[in-house]
Amino acid sequence: MPALEATFLQTWSAAMTVADAHRTILAVWRIEQPRLITSLARMLRDVPLAEDLTQEALLAALERWPATGVPEKPGAWLMATAKRRALDHLRRSRMLERKHDIVAWDMEEEQQAMPDLDSALDDDIGDELLRLIFTACHPRLSHEARAALALRMICGLTTQEIARAFLLPEATIAQRIVRAKRTLSESGLAYETPSGEELSKRLSSVLEVVYLIFNEGYTAARGEDWLRPQLCNEALRIGRVLTSIVPHEPEAHGLLALMELNASRTAARTDAGGEPILMLDQNRALWDQLQIRRGMQALGRARELGGAGGIYVLQATIIACHAQARTAGDTDWSRIAGLYAELAAVVRSPIIDLNRAVAVGMAEGPEVALVIVNRLTREPALKGYHLLPSVRGDLLHKLGRYEEARAAFEAAAALAGNKREHDLLRRRAAEAADAAMSS
Amino acid sequence: MRFMSFVTSAHAGPPTAELIEAMNKLADREIRAGRMVDMGGLTPVAMGAQVRIADGKLSVIDGPFVETKEVIGGYAIMEFRNKEEAVASAVEFMQLHKDFMPDWEGTCEVRAFAGP
Repeated sequence: MPALEATFLQTWSAAMTVADAHRTILAVWRIEQPRLITSLARMLRDVPLAEDLTQEALLAALERWPATGVPEKPGAWLMATAKRRALDHLRRSRMLERKHDIVAWDMEEEQQAMPDLDSALDDDIGDELLRLIFTACHPRLSHEARAALALRMICGLTTQEIARAFLLPEATIAQRIVRAKRTLSESGLAYETPSGEELSKRLSSVLEVVYLIFNEGYTAARGEDWLRPQLCNEALRIGRVLTSIVPHEPEAHGLLALMELNASRTAARTDAGGEPILMLDQNRALWDQLQIRRGMQALGRARELGGAGGIYVLQATIIACHAQARTAGDTDWSRIAGLYAELAAVVRSPIIDLNRAVAVGMAEGPEVALVIVNRLTREPALKGYHLLPSVRGDLLHKLGRYEEARAAFEAAAALAGNKREHDLLRRRAAEAADAAMSS
Repeated sequence: MRFMSFVTSAHAGPPTAELIEAMNKLADREIRAGRMVDMGGLTPVAMGAQVRIADGKLSVIDGPFVETKEVIGGYAIMEFRNKEEAVASAVEFMQLHKDFMPDWEGTCEVRAFAGP
C-alpha cells in the first residue's frame, strides 16, 4: 500500500475513540458488503459461507484499519481480503474434490486482476443479489429466521444491531442465524435461484418478510416505543433494492409504495413525548412529501405493470387515498371502503374486515360499521387483537353509548402489548367514562 | 437519517467525461442500493439570480456576478443509518474526483436534515 495514500480515518484519529473508528469502518464496509457477499457466493457456490467470509473481512478491517487508516480503495482491500479467506477456506477443507480445485483456480485467476474502484462500480450484481435475497428469505425457514437473515445478509446489520432492533437478546439472534444457515446448507439450498413461475411464487415469501420487518418497526408490537424507525428504514431499503432487481414484478413496487406511503407519516405519528397520534388527528404538514412522491411513483409503476389487484398494490392504493387528502375531512372513505372490499375478496382476513368497518363507519356512519364489528367479535382469529375492541369502542363512543365504549376501551387496553398504545387506550376509556358521567 | 450532500468548488468549467461517467455509475449504484432518494444538478451560477439583504436594503441581482466564490453545482438527498455512513459515501464520491479530475479542488458538505 503506498505510504502517501489519503486515509480519512487517520485525519480524524486525534479526536476519535475506538467506538468512533469502528462505526466508520462499519460504514465503509457496508457500502462494499453487497458486492463482497455476492462475489464470494458466486465463487464458492454457497451463500451462507460467503456471508461468514464477508464478516471475516470486516473483522480484518476492524483489526487493521485503526492503525493504517481506511485505504483509498477500501472495496478493493476488502475484496482481496475476503477472496484470500475464501481460498484459505477451500485449501483447509479436506474435501478438495475436483470441482473445488477448479473454483480455487478461478479465484487465483481473479485475484491476479485486483478490482479497482472503477470496475467495482461497473459490476452488475443484480442476479447474485436476487439469489442472496431469495436464499435469505427461503420459505423453508421460519419468519423470524428469514427476517434475521435478511437484515444480516442484505442490509449488513450486525447480530447486535438486529438483536437491539427486535428487542431480543443477542444470543437469541446469533443462534437463529446459525441455525438458519445450517438449515440452508443441509437442505442443499445454499446456492440456488428460482426462475420463471417459481420466482413469482417465491417472491411472495420475500415480500412477506420485508413487510414483516417494516411492520415490526412501524407499529412495534412490543416495548416502550411505538415506532422503531430503523427497522422501517431497513425494510424500505430492501424494498427499493427489490424493485431494481425484479423491476417487472408489480407486487414488489406495490410493497415499496405501501411502505413509502406509510413511512411518510412517521414524523406526524407521535407527539413530543412519544405518544401516538391517530392518523385523522395528525398534522399533515409533517407528512413527508418527498416520500409520498416516491410512494406514488412506485404505485404508478405497479399499476402500469398490470398489478392493480395485487394485495400490496391494493393496500398501497388505500394508503394513497389518505396521503392525497389535504385534510382528514377530505378523505374519500367510500373509495377506501370499496378498496377494502376488493382486498377482502383476494385475501380472506378478519383484520381487513375490521379495517373495512372503520372506512364504512366514516363513509356511512357508526351504526352500519358497528354491525360489521359486532359480527367480527365472534371471529376466533381476532380474540386477542386489541384493535377490535378499540374500533368498537370508538364506534360506540360516536353513537353516544359511553358506558359500553368505556368497557370496550378497557378491554382493548388490557390486550395491547405496546405500552404507548396501552396508555392511549386507557385515556380513551377515561374520556368515555367522563362522557358517561356528564350525559 | 436523511442527509443532503452538496459539492462546492471554485473550479471553473465542467467535469471531465470520465468523471461524469464515474459519478453516474455511482449514483446508479446508490439508487439500486436504496440509499439515494433524490438528486439534481444546477445550471451555472451565472444563469441564476441573487436576492440579497445588505445594510437594511433588499436587492435583486441577476447573474453573471462580479465575484465568483465557491458555487454549488448540485445536490443529493440520501438516506443513511448514521453520519459515519453519510461521510463514507461522500468520501467515495470525492475519491472519484481525485481519480478522474486530479487538478480539481472542492468541498462536499454533508448535512443531516433537521427534525425527527
